[in-house]
Amino acid sequence: MTHICNKMNRRAFGGGALAIVLARPALALNADDATAFIKRLIGDIYSVIDSGAPEAAMIRQFEELFVRYADVQIMAQYALGVDARSATAEQKSAFNTAFAGYIAKKYGKRFRQFIGGRIEVEGARKIKAGFEIKTTAYLKGENPIEVIFLVSDKSGELQFFNMFLEGVNLLLTERSEIGSMLDMSGGDLNATIHELNKAG
Amino acid sequence: MSLGNIKRSSPRALIVIALIAGLAGCSGAGRVQPTGINDPHEQSNRKVHNFNKKLAGSGNGSGLAHAVPMGVQTVVHNIAENLSMPQVAVNSALQADVKGFGIASYRFLTNTVLGVGGIADVASEFQIPKHDTDFGETLYVWGVGEGSYYELPFVGPSTGRDVAGRFVDLFTNPLSYTLPRPEKYVGTVTKFADSVFKNSRRSDAINDVLEGSTDSYSQARLIYLQKRRYELSRRTGAPVTYDDPYLQ
Repeated sequence: MTHICNKMNRRAFGGGALAIVLARPALALNADDATAFIKRLIGDIYSVIDSGAPEAAMIRQFEELFVRYADVQIMAQYALGVDARSATAEQKSAFNTAFAGYIAKKYGKRFRQFIGGRIEVEGARKIKAGFEIKTTAYLKGENPIEVIFLVSDKSGELQFFNMFLEGVNLLLTERSEIGSMLDMSGGDLNATIHELNKAG
Repeated sequence: MSLGNIKRSSPRALIVIALIAGLAGCSGAGRVQPTGINDPHEQSNRKVHNFNKKLAGSGNGSGLAHAVPMGVQTVVHNIAENLSMPQVAVNSALQADVKGFGIASYRFLTNTVLGVGGIADVASEFQIPKHDTDFGETLYVWGVGEGSYYELPFVGPSTGRDVAGRFVDLFTNPLSYTLPRPEKYVGTVTKFADSVFKNSRRSDAINDVLEGSTDSYSQARLIYLQKRRYELSRRTGAPVTYDDPYLQ
């Protein structure tokens, strides 16, 4: 309980209603919560796609969803790899923001493939950090694709921290891409952040 | 099918068996799940990668998929897939995959007879699941190691094991030993056309990712290896263990 209170203090949440929500008895993450969480995420993604908004507006909304549903901090830190250790707090925060925008742009641009398709949740499996949620994406004119979300509450709230598309690990793939950017700039993190803001 | 029969039916089978024995001999037994990247030929692979990239960027990439009507592409795909089923059955048998052997045989019979030589995929309408495999997978099942990474001209990323698999698959389609001369090439030709169409359809999405990449060679390599390892391991059913970024 003290652990939770610390978390809340650190995050400086004021609202009493929010405190009640966070302090409700069922704090341990279970398979149903994790599954419901991913179902909500899929529903929100599809309401953006179905809105038919212009691409730029959609990508902004995808970025908002990503920031809300994903543990951006842990994902960005993993993608940055060992260079995260020598980064200043300011650089880290700039990198996190650039990373979220980059992911939203890169993957959000592919939304057209999902029009008229659907994503079905197949099941949940306990893993060390939380739960693996297995889903299948049925896209028009394509074979079904297996999409796996890894979900955890280790940050203090329920969030996803990695995705696998047909076995391709998003974090690992982006860590390699960002590693290439760092190599290209001779290890200059600020240049890489700048590059990330342009890429995607 | 005993080894004696293969030997009598074709001298080429001898080469195949020698090749397999050689490969199996130099690899550790048991299915190894590789994780890293083994790319000692990176320099020459990068040259091939640049060649493939130029080819994809020359405009004949996604153009073809748009030019040929989807109906034609589907028929070509159905015929190619149906004619590959005897080979899938052989590879399933070599993998001791009874279910896969059954699916491939049943699909071939159904689609050849009711689907008029495989033009229509009747089996899918009967809810018969799809099954695909190759000699590369057979080698994996037999415990042959992945080998080093290769990027092949035209074909794209591959591994040592899959290069050997592709080579063997050229000779192990039962149809090429049973059909008369012009007919036996239908499978090869449609298979090639089908893979060209498929590449062409896919090239939009993949080019998007790779073109935007700082190092498209490393991205193509990493994505291919992850995907292929996933394909091969999912049938063995072993649950995946994940990296926990919260512990790092």
